[in-house]
Amino acid sequence: MDLRVRALETVLVQKGYVDPAALDRIVERYETKIGPHIGARVVAKAWSNPAFRKALFEDATGAISALAEIGRVGDHLVAVENTPRVHNLVVCTLCSCYPWDVLGLPPVWYKSFAYRSRAVKEPRSVLADFGVTLPADTEIRVWDSTAETRFLVVPMRPAGTDGWDESKLAALVTRDSMVGTGLPKRPDGAPG
Amino acid sequence: MNGVHDMGGMDGFGKVEPEPNEPVFHARWEGRVMAMTRAMAALGHWNIDIGRYGIEVLPPHVYLASSYYRRWYFRTADLLMQRGLITADELEAGHALRTDDGRNTKKFSVVDVERVSRRGSFGRAPAAPARFAVGERVRAINMHPKSHTRLPRYVRGHAGVIERIHGAHVFPDAVVAGKGENPQWLYTVRFDSHELWGPDADPTVKVSIDAFEPYLEHA
Repeated sequence: MDLRVRALETVLVQKGYVDPAALDRIVERYETKIGPHIGARVVAKAWSNPAFRKALFEDATGAISALAEIGRVGDHLVAVENTPRVHNLVVCTLCSCYPWDVLGLPPVWYKSFAYRSRAVKEPRSVLADFGVTLPADTEIRVWDSTAETRFLVVPMRPAGTDGWDESKLAALVTRDSMVGTGLPKRPDGAPG
Repeated sequence: MNGVHDMGGMDGFGKVEPEPNEPVFHARWEGRVMAMTRAMAALGHWNIDIGRYGIEVLPPHVYLASSYYRRWYFRTADLLMQRGLITADELEAGHALRTDDGRNTKKFSVVDVERVSRRGSFGRAPAAPARFAVGERVRAINMHPKSHTRLPRYVRGHAGVIERIHGAHVFPDAVVAGKGENPQWLYTVRFDSHELWGPDADPTVKVSIDAFEPYLEHA
């Protein structure tokens, strides 16, 4: 594939369609700037700040875009709340829709045929592939991203974190916990 | 179209295998394909719906046997060739064989990068009031268009409940059919597992899709 892709890039550059330096910048953004650390800050703030939490569930795009430390994110982001009774899980059965602005590019498993086919039908067995077991009576709420809405799961705040500041809390928020295939880390850093 | 991309509910693909400490790209070419695709789309040569359809129309054996970014490569090369921006012999030769004189195609430059790193907005003014209300029972219509749709097969013919209303959005089916944006109301519709998967389904599971108004009827 490397040769084929180099050929395509050479043609596009020679025809004057793209500046290769601009392509470098796009790659660099996703490798170094845009990633799940953004979503983790959002979740940590939702855990610590009731007014932000309320705004986030009403209009996630608006609430996050108002944060100076993050800035404008794309439209139609929807934050969904895990509770002791409901666990949310996000999938895109048709392609690979994922909240890039706050989680970065999706991991390979999110785009895999196994995840896309099974998440809407047998989500508990999918969670088992991630080592996650939920109580038998917990509702599993699966969101299939079939339009330009994007979903961010806000997991439950781990017990034993009273008084923690946002940056310390953010370190417990894993990417998978914001997709619904994982849980936040425990206060001692162990897997949730 | 009823393609292999519409995977919800299929069996046989095995376990989900998360990769610890996964890199953003597994090879340099993956990032280049992603960046070229975003750049050429940002120049207005196609929109997100046409881009998705470009992957859906890959032959099923190619789709299933290719990695994610390999599918992106085939899609992007196909769209560029369909639009006459490049030709197959140029891809074969690995360099441009003719100039782009007269097309006046814009160039994607460093100053454009900021713009493409943010998702576009697909909300539009509605042409009519919303037909359904939150809490209302609806049924996903039974349709099997040959062209692009975002109504997955596993919900067609099944009844659910309107949970959220997201305003009116660009209608992907119309865009890919060349009929313009034709904005339609967009709803989150929630289905019970038994409705979708029969009596043996896990009763604690509820599944939603985001459905454009033309996908729905009163139940």
